[in-house]
Amino acid sequence: MSGTKPRDDMPHSSTPPRWARSRSDYQLIGGAGERAAAEQLVNASWYKCPVPRPMMKTLMQREDTRAARDTVLWYALIVLLGALFAYGWHAGWRYGALLLAYLAYTAVYSGAADSRWHECSHGTAFKTRWMNTWLYQCASFQVLRRPTKWRWSHARHHTDTLVTGRDPEVAAPVPIDVIGMLLNLLGLKSGPKELWAVLCNALGRIAPEEKTFVPEMEWPKMVREARYWLLAYAVIAACAWAMGSVLPLLLLGPVPGMAGAWAYTFFGLTQHAGLPENVLDHRLNCRTVHMNPVFRFLYWNMNYHVEHHMFPMVPYHALPLLHDAVAHDCAPAYASTWHAYAEILPALARQIADPQYYVKRSLPGSAEI
Amino acid sequence: MQPWIEVCALDAIEDEDVMRFDHAGHSYAIYRYDEKVYASDGLCTHEHVHLCDGLVMEYVIECPKHNGRFDIRDGRALGAPVCVNLKTYPARVQDGIVQIQAAV
Repeated sequence: MSGTKPRDDMPHSSTPPRWARSRSDYQLIGGAGERAAAEQLVNASWYKCPVPRPMMKTLMQREDTRAARDTVLWYALIVLLGALFAYGWHAGWRYGALLLAYLAYTAVYSGAADSRWHECSHGTAFKTRWMNTWLYQCASFQVLRRPTKWRWSHARHHTDTLVTGRDPEVAAPVPIDVIGMLLNLLGLKSGPKELWAVLCNALGRIAPEEKTFVPEMEWPKMVREARYWLLAYAVIAACAWAMGSVLPLLLLGPVPGMAGAWAYTFFGLTQHAGLPENVLDHRLNCRTVHMNPVFRFLYWNMNYHVEHHMFPMVPYHALPLLHDAVAHDCAPAYASTWHAYAEILPALARQIADPQYYVKRSLPGSAEI
Repeated sequence: MQPWIEVCALDAIEDEDVMRFDHAGHSYAIYRYDEKVYASDGLCTHEHVHLCDGLVMEYVIECPKHNGRFDIRDGRALGAPVCVNLKTYPARVQDGIVQIQAAV
């Protein structure tokens, strides 16, 4: 567990070191972590856009109303789309129509659960603590992320964002594994891995890499949660057996959790994919992307990703205002999701063979890195 | 008994807010809420981030980096990712001036 004090006296590194790259660098044990520490990249001081304290206090304020409204709407959509799929299933819809209905359901069940998991992991969705906790547990189950492990891995991600060998949540490690990324559009690699981890945790076993960022006093909680999840899976399976139908398995639990991975991957890749690792400026290794209201509802404003990383205590509903306050000091936001992907896809393609490649962003008043 | 150290005028800290105070090589966080003042170590016990940039919500200070929360009255860690309590120090207002009994 890192417990060192961040270095206030070091300049914010904006040029990534030219290291030889391999995928083993990303291992938290035996990877590039020591090299990163030697370069003063671990628990370092990151650039922050200046925001007057009175404005920041206003932006940080919490409330329950908006998240409560959004949560009711979200679950209403899940129920509606689930009912539509179940109707189509029983009505004998053609496979194409059923598939579309299922993709729509999983996009909302699991795809949108990712952003709820994320916001609640920060405790910023609601002002009332138990509401954050409740939604966090539900969203974690839906998106197939063990609550305690991922809370701590996300804390590490914020401490050492895209620091190779320290950040457990690098979505597109280089050199790019195309097959792996394609499989993960349906959670076919990440899903079984997480389910295996649930089983191990339920047996009292915690993975060595996870022990590097989850403190020992939290391990019993991981074990408890895993056992509750296995119980939940057993209940879902029992319902399916009792009903003589696979529908409960398709609508709840790990299957829709994995099937909706394409939706949160679609949004999530815009965050950091193709941008430089091992720099200490979120304006360089994060993207802010302007999105339409539907996408922003599903993604809960995580498209304002530069602002979120720089000021994670600002709740999702205040991120547009924060963006307005700091936009002049950041690289230009992307005009749309499609503009972002026009950059991401060629960058990922290039990183298949050239892991040193990264997208260089222009900051105001400075040269490109 | 440690001497009382003058920090600032009470008016220098807004209500339900926090201010950084450095003294003798140690960083403190000074809080004001409901006309009372409180003091703690200035760094979060999780990753040692300055709490002065955080959010005060009644008697809770939230770390600006990972949203860890502490009770400003006794430094209790209120949940992950903070597990270790904050050290707190006596604080008072004397003639409109905030004073604390510092660590050294």
